[in-house]
Amino acid sequence: MLIKLTGGTVYDPASGIDGQIKTLYVQDGRFIKQPAADVQVDKEYDLKGKVLMAGAIDMHTHIGGGKGNIARMLIPEDHRSDPVHRSDITRSGCGHAMPSSFATGYRYAEMGYTTAFEPAVLPVNARQAHMEMADIPILDKGGYVLMGSDDYLLRMLTAKKDQKAINDYVAWTMNAAKAIGVKVVNPGGINAFKFNQRKLELDEQNAHYGVSPREILQVLATAVKELGVKHPLHVHGCNLGVPGNVSTTLDTIQGIGGLPMHLTHIQFHSYGTEGDFKFSSGGAQIAEAINNNKNITADVGQILFGQTITASGDNMRQHANHGFANPDKWVCMDIECDAGCGVVPFKYRDQNFVNALQWAIGLEIFLLVDDPWRVFLTTDHPNGAPFTTYPHLIRLLMDKSFRNDMLATIHPEAQKMTTLGSIDREYSLQEIAILTRAGAAKLVGLDDRGSLGEGAWADITVYTENTDREQMFEKPDYVFKDGELVVVDGKVVHTKWGTTHIVRPEWDTSVEQDLQKYFERFMTMKVGNFKISDDEITEDGRGSLTTHSLNGIA
Amino acid sequence: MNEITEVPSPFCGIGTDDLTMQVDGLSVKVSENGCAVNTPAFEQEITDTSARVAGQEVSLEVAVAKAAELLGVSNQPVIGGCATDVNGMRGVMALADRSGAVVDNINFTAARRNFLALQDTGWMTTTLAEIKNRCDYFLVVGVDLEGFAPRFFERYLWNEESMFLDDTSQRQIVYLGKAPSGNAATSPKGVQAKVLECADVDLPEVTAVLRALVKGRKIVVDTVAGISTDELRTIAEQLKAAKYSVVTWAAGALNFDHAELTVQMLTEMVKDINTMDTRSSGFPLGGKEGDQTANQVCGWTSAYPARTRFSSGFPEYDPFLYDSKVMLENGEADALVWVQAFNSAAVPPITDLPTIVVARSGMAFAEEPDVFIPVGTPGIDHVGHAYRLDNVVAIRLKKLRDSGLPSTADVLNAIEQAL
Repeated sequence: MLIKLTGGTVYDPASGIDGQIKTLYVQDGRFIKQPAADVQVDKEYDLKGKVLMAGAIDMHTHIGGGKGNIARMLIPEDHRSDPVHRSDITRSGCGHAMPSSFATGYRYAEMGYTTAFEPAVLPVNARQAHMEMADIPILDKGGYVLMGSDDYLLRMLTAKKDQKAINDYVAWTMNAAKAIGVKVVNPGGINAFKFNQRKLELDEQNAHYGVSPREILQVLATAVKELGVKHPLHVHGCNLGVPGNVSTTLDTIQGIGGLPMHLTHIQFHSYGTEGDFKFSSGGAQIAEAINNNKNITADVGQILFGQTITASGDNMRQHANHGFANPDKWVCMDIECDAGCGVVPFKYRDQNFVNALQWAIGLEIFLLVDDPWRVFLTTDHPNGAPFTTYPHLIRLLMDKSFRNDMLATIHPEAQKMTTLGSIDREYSLQEIAILTRAGAAKLVGLDDRGSLGEGAWADITVYTENTDREQMFEKPDYVFKDGELVVVDGKVVHTKWGTTHIVRPEWDTSVEQDLQKYFERFMTMKVGNFKISDDEITEDGRGSLTTHSLNGIA
Repeated sequence: MNEITEVPSPFCGIGTDDLTMQVDGLSVKVSENGCAVNTPAFEQEITDTSARVAGQEVSLEVAVAKAAELLGVSNQPVIGGCATDVNGMRGVMALADRSGAVVDNINFTAARRNFLALQDTGWMTTTLAEIKNRCDYFLVVGVDLEGFAPRFFERYLWNEESMFLDDTSQRQIVYLGKAPSGNAATSPKGVQAKVLECADVDLPEVTAVLRALVKGRKIVVDTVAGISTDELRTIAEQLKAAKYSVVTWAAGALNFDHAELTVQMLTEMVKDINTMDTRSSGFPLGGKEGDQTANQVCGWTSAYPARTRFSSGFPEYDPFLYDSKVMLENGEADALVWVQAFNSAAVPPITDLPTIVVARSGMAFAEEPDVFIPVGTPGIDHVGHAYRLDNVVAIRLKKLRDSGLPSTADVLNAIEQAL
């Protein structure tokens, strides 16, 4: 099958193409060079006047794993007003804040997204995360395995095991859980909560293990780097949501000692304590720190106003915040000497001072970070807002007058506490393509995605240029996944199954002897039954695994 | 003869995965770590190997075509049972979506007591490994835990080693309501569990007083449903003094009106304790024969638990209206699909409606269904996944023998395709 995409205006930062009119060719799912004149084109799309980008990639979205299903179960009332009807080609579903798996796939694809990563895969719950993601149609997917509050790692640190042993354990866990990255959530804090600690500062010790979050961050960031995993350690830092946490975040950035580190939903970690409400923006300081430290990347975790539900591994902080639950119900869970989760519904309101300032802080960070390759567009779905708000968020970034109109409607004291109104920057289409495509693919370490260049898989989104960027980005003309047309005029016309992106870092097989003993003594399943085999992903014929390269390894 | 070790069980709910099997042809014998729940479930022989239509043996294709024909003319089918593995449940959901059916898990009326509490106020819960390593005070409310899961104490409380307790036999075990049926709750050093008995119907009152005592409220009576208030006050104080207490109940055992309020009383009490400078967790018991699996898969594919209707073209959840048993009794359904891959004794409800049974070999019917398709058992005849009672761990089920029986998913997917 040879497809010709004729005359579109191409934004492909991965290839250095910024708004050039080009004709692209796709054969058997991948971009190819222009074929010889006598080669027959099977299908041609006239894209003159249209905007072409690679399929968008959400590098941090909670779409697979137990906490999401708890969130679904917890708020049936939120689903009722948002049904998705079945059709001859699509399954039914529902859910506004936390949609069902099929609805998740369709809604992402209908916005031009073709890949999404679950950032908090507990090793013991990884099987569920993959099974849920296996029921998300169209999208490619993958997960970052959550470490740092697992008793096994903390025991290793207490026993002063060397970095090589840590590296082996991290690699073993990534293989066992079928992951592409490593995430740490409130380093050691989820574990400390089980010992009745209610907060954990960067240099505070776990009551049982005597280990601090800073030590955990350093050994895990080092392991990720030394194993050659391209995605830097994915860090949900200490003190999420706590006024004054900007200093913890700045300290975290300094303390990592130049190692690559990705700070996730950084908006929730950028709060000062100034002003009458003892809550202020640390957005400018955080942006400056990112600008000055080239080893740091961040996604924003923008909040947008309305009903959502927060779902996090950070049950220490979620428990602390349960008083804000709206509606007033919430779940916290301790999980298998591995991690935990907390699920708390939230309604962000523009007339609430804190919520309004949170909104402004997120936008400040987006607009004050100079390098679009090191900042990523997320709402930390569903925590800041459902992913379906992305077109609105893109308009806020691209349209200063719209942004200032919105700013004028929020809580007046929050307006006074933000410099947002004085920021003139408007993101360009090329910069949006970096945030949502090329940069994300590079960050996660996808070898042949996020680009329209020769050899890359043909995930393509085609838009009609529109000065209202929200309208433009919410309804693409066409979306192609692996060269197959899946969306026309913002509606799914065909479905298929994506692949699961993983890496397979190497490890010393002797590490499993200790793990075997540990599992026999303390765990509730056999180590052999814990590990996810390849065939669990592929056996029913619709799933596949795509293994990506490691740094330093071809 | 083939020996297979580290076999996980989908039958007991607690995720036992240390069974050893001797497999000889179609014969399976549990040679190590069996129990009263698992051993008979694994060792049951295959009797039916052929599908039947109106009692006559037919090919699988003919049976599938007949099932599709019956569903094709149905306006409101119900899919009951829903006792199968993850892929089987995916098949249920696809078939329900296409045929506009109601999906209803066999144990949902019991599970509803938990869902109503969860969906009203939420809860704090824990999982088996946390119990095994942290729990120093274990309160069992209204259930004979040993009868529910014979190996629970051996595996999760009287384990030789734990990470955070010097001596696991020092754990305190208290039964409130129902007395244990055996001695499994007695510690390895011979300390017996404390038992405070009352009738099931008195549990709402007893748990309400316990929560009030935890919160330091004044109680003016000396006894509650035959239990001394002082005894309850002692439990309240012990819960607050424990480092990591666990309160467990089984929704299936709380068989009285508005038992969801008792579940809520317990779960809110756990939340209260967590504001009193210590940690506590709830632990709902369930998960037998795929009921957690049904709710989990229904949860991610439809966003609702497994009592959901698809006849409007999208999922609608109502834990009371879409009770398949009630719908059959009230004439609100016009066809029944019964899915039960684990337990051949769990027969479909008696109905005059067209009935399609996709079930474990050996099911005996008072009245032959229109279509019967025997399927393999997940974890014996084919690989699969099933959820443990704590909802977090999906166990990887092994294939032990080559029976040639199709899986639930094979059959349901074929019916769906034929529609």
